[in-house]
Amino acid sequence: MLDQGSDAFVVFDKVQKSYDGQTLVVKDLNLSIGKGEFLTMLGPSGSGKTTCLMMLAGFETATHGDILLDGQGINNIPPHKRGIGMVFQNYALFPHMTVAENLAFPLEVRKLGKSDREAKVKRALDMVQMGDFANRRPAQLSGGQQQRIALARALVFEPELVLMDEPLGALDKQLREHMQFEITRLAHELGITTVYVTHDQTEALTMSDRVAVFNDGRIQQLDPPDTLYEEPKNSFVAQFIGENNSLEGTVKELNNDTAVVQLDDGGLIDCKPVNVNKVGDRTKVSIRPERVEYRSERFQEGAHLLKAEVLEFIYMGDVFRTRLRVAGRDDFIMKCRNAPDQIRLKPGETVNIGWMPEDCRALDA
Amino acid sequence: MSDTTTEDSTQNGPVLAADGTPLRRSLARALRRQKLRALMLIAPLLIFIMVTFILPVADMLYRSVENGIVSETLPRTVVALADWDASGDTPPDEAVFAALAADMQIAAEEKTHTKLGSRLNYENPGMSSLFRKSGRQVRRWDLETDAPFMEKFLDIDEDWSDIDVWRTIQTYSPSTTSGYYLAAVDMQLGADGPEMRPENERIYLKLFGRTLMMSLAITLSCIALGYPVAWLLANLPMRTSNLLMILVLLPFWTSLLVRTSAWKILLQQQGVINDILVWIGLVSDDARLVMINNQLGTIIAMTHILLPFMILPMYSVMQSINPSYLRAAKSLGATDWTAFWRVYFPQTVPGIGAGSILVFILAIGYYITPALVGGTTGTFISNRIAFHISTSLNWGLAAALGGILLAVVLVFYWAYDKFVGIDNVKLG
Repeated sequence: MLDQGSDAFVVFDKVQKSYDGQTLVVKDLNLSIGKGEFLTMLGPSGSGKTTCLMMLAGFETATHGDILLDGQGINNIPPHKRGIGMVFQNYALFPHMTVAENLAFPLEVRKLGKSDREAKVKRALDMVQMGDFANRRPAQLSGGQQQRIALARALVFEPELVLMDEPLGALDKQLREHMQFEITRLAHELGITTVYVTHDQTEALTMSDRVAVFNDGRIQQLDPPDTLYEEPKNSFVAQFIGENNSLEGTVKELNNDTAVVQLDDGGLIDCKPVNVNKVGDRTKVSIRPERVEYRSERFQEGAHLLKAEVLEFIYMGDVFRTRLRVAGRDDFIMKCRNAPDQIRLKPGETVNIGWMPEDCRALDA
Repeated sequence: MSDTTTEDSTQNGPVLAADGTPLRRSLARALRRQKLRALMLIAPLLIFIMVTFILPVADMLYRSVENGIVSETLPRTVVALADWDASGDTPPDEAVFAALAADMQIAAEEKTHTKLGSRLNYENPGMSSLFRKSGRQVRRWDLETDAPFMEKFLDIDEDWSDIDVWRTIQTYSPSTTSGYYLAAVDMQLGADGPEMRPENERIYLKLFGRTLMMSLAITLSCIALGYPVAWLLANLPMRTSNLLMILVLLPFWTSLLVRTSAWKILLQQQGVINDILVWIGLVSDDARLVMINNQLGTIIAMTHILLPFMILPMYSVMQSINPSYLRAAKSLGATDWTAFWRVYFPQTVPGIGAGSILVFILAIGYYITPALVGGTTGTFISNRIAFHISTSLNWGLAAALGGILLAVVLVFYWAYDKFVGIDNVKLG
């Protein structure tokens, strides 16, 4: 995992992009991707992630800044000379060609001999377990099968970099999970660098080495999935990745690694200062539902607790999801594992809730 | 119990519905109401088309082989002439002339002899006047006393001894004839069966050939001009492409005659284009280009008129092609040209096919524009059909020409289906 340096394979250096000359879609993007890395660009629609991908592929030109591929500036290299494999959202399999012809296309334009072509096509098809489908037309395949062919076509000419633009968006849940696994397996087996664009945070967390969270044309946070989930750097990331409880308040006490925040209804909580500078700052406190605890024996000595009223109890099988009214908000969620000693709370009950201070992060307001 | 029914239905013949009737019949009964309602909805159009289109077409096609007039007007003569040997060089005997006299007297009374004369005139020029002249005289004859008639006919006109006259009557005595169709392909029925007409009388084959070649030229120039426009329409931003679409559709809102006349003004030798060419010195004043009243004029004017029929189907097909195909091709290493030619173009072929069929079939039967700007060398077969319908009144020949035109179109359609596949035609 590298940030800057000579072994970065793809580098975005102060890249900006504007379509209309008035607003920037991508604002000052700096990003280095290491060789063999699986990097995901995650963000809501309109956050600039697809634009970044298109600039890397060569279908959009950067308004300002440089994009480097293997140390070389590629701003002026047309897409067909970049040698980047790409999987499109709608697969973009050529409907008038068979599966084998689709796969042979990139080899043909590279003027490979017939026997070479056939061998590579066969290898690529076997790689995605579609060897029997060589003579079908794309229209005769299911969505998942088309997805595999699109993947095989992007890999058949052995590119070092593969871009994927929400490739699993059109598949149903089960198939999507299966393909997530397949794609990561292939990417790691072949050692190719992958840039993956998605708006699905589960996909980003399960597949990537690192995730770049995009919002408003900027990278909000660039980290491995676990860091991203457990240590969000700002409230956008905390809110966007996973489920999150957010409470607003003002910083009352501030030490190096602990802080006390007074919520708007007067209640006090312990938390870890992340994005606050001084006493008196407004803050949004973020706490994951599964880190919320209501059994008193688990609290630390002297911990601040909050009164909570149970509004709803939802049985979800592996977990219990309890909706609480906390500090005047009634969308506070607590998740408890379905263990033998777990109590099922009833609506109307009042409990005290609390958490470990390091699980509760005071972020920007 | 349910086990036994499934077994029955899978193994022993037809699947049965719950009440024991065959499922197929049960389904048909259930759908009958729907079918009836659908039929009632299209009934007005169906009747309209039957009365105004199918029946007249069938009637015209029948006219192209119908030939009852000879045997109806000269029934006795036809019978008497049946034994006559047309390959010899002697005219028929007295019995035939007697029968002719009897027939002619009745025909002259009913004034049908002139009609017969003009009908036979198509096959053998001169017979119209022969019949008209003879009819007048024969009315005054007494069939009982005036025999022999051979002499008397020859007195009226020497032509009655002409073998060709009798051959023509004998050849066209059956109630149906292939004569019109033969005439439509520059042939005629001779003594030894069908034969080509003399060189200087052949016109229709040439006209058919010219119609086909020019329709093909018009179709090709429509493809060449329409393809880029359709591409722009499909790829420009919405606002611009809407404006362009209005420009494409504009000709539809203008009268065909106005558009054709406008081309006359533009293309004639003292017209706008020639004036400009002379003014900028590209063409000298005494060598002005001849661009109208010939094939070039017809091709230019008809290409303009039929262009929307090419652009619209191409546009709707192109619009449905996702731009990511081109991107995919480029990301796979194809140059712009390869991406276009190998990936984009093949997907537009259905649109080109649909447009070409439309334009070609419309062009092959086009009539007004060639008549106005075609002069003598740029007219189509349809102009000849119109001539036979309204001027020469030879409807049989007109019907035969039309029938052949219809057959040619169907053959093209069949060939297109065979080589390109009619499923590949897309209008949207």
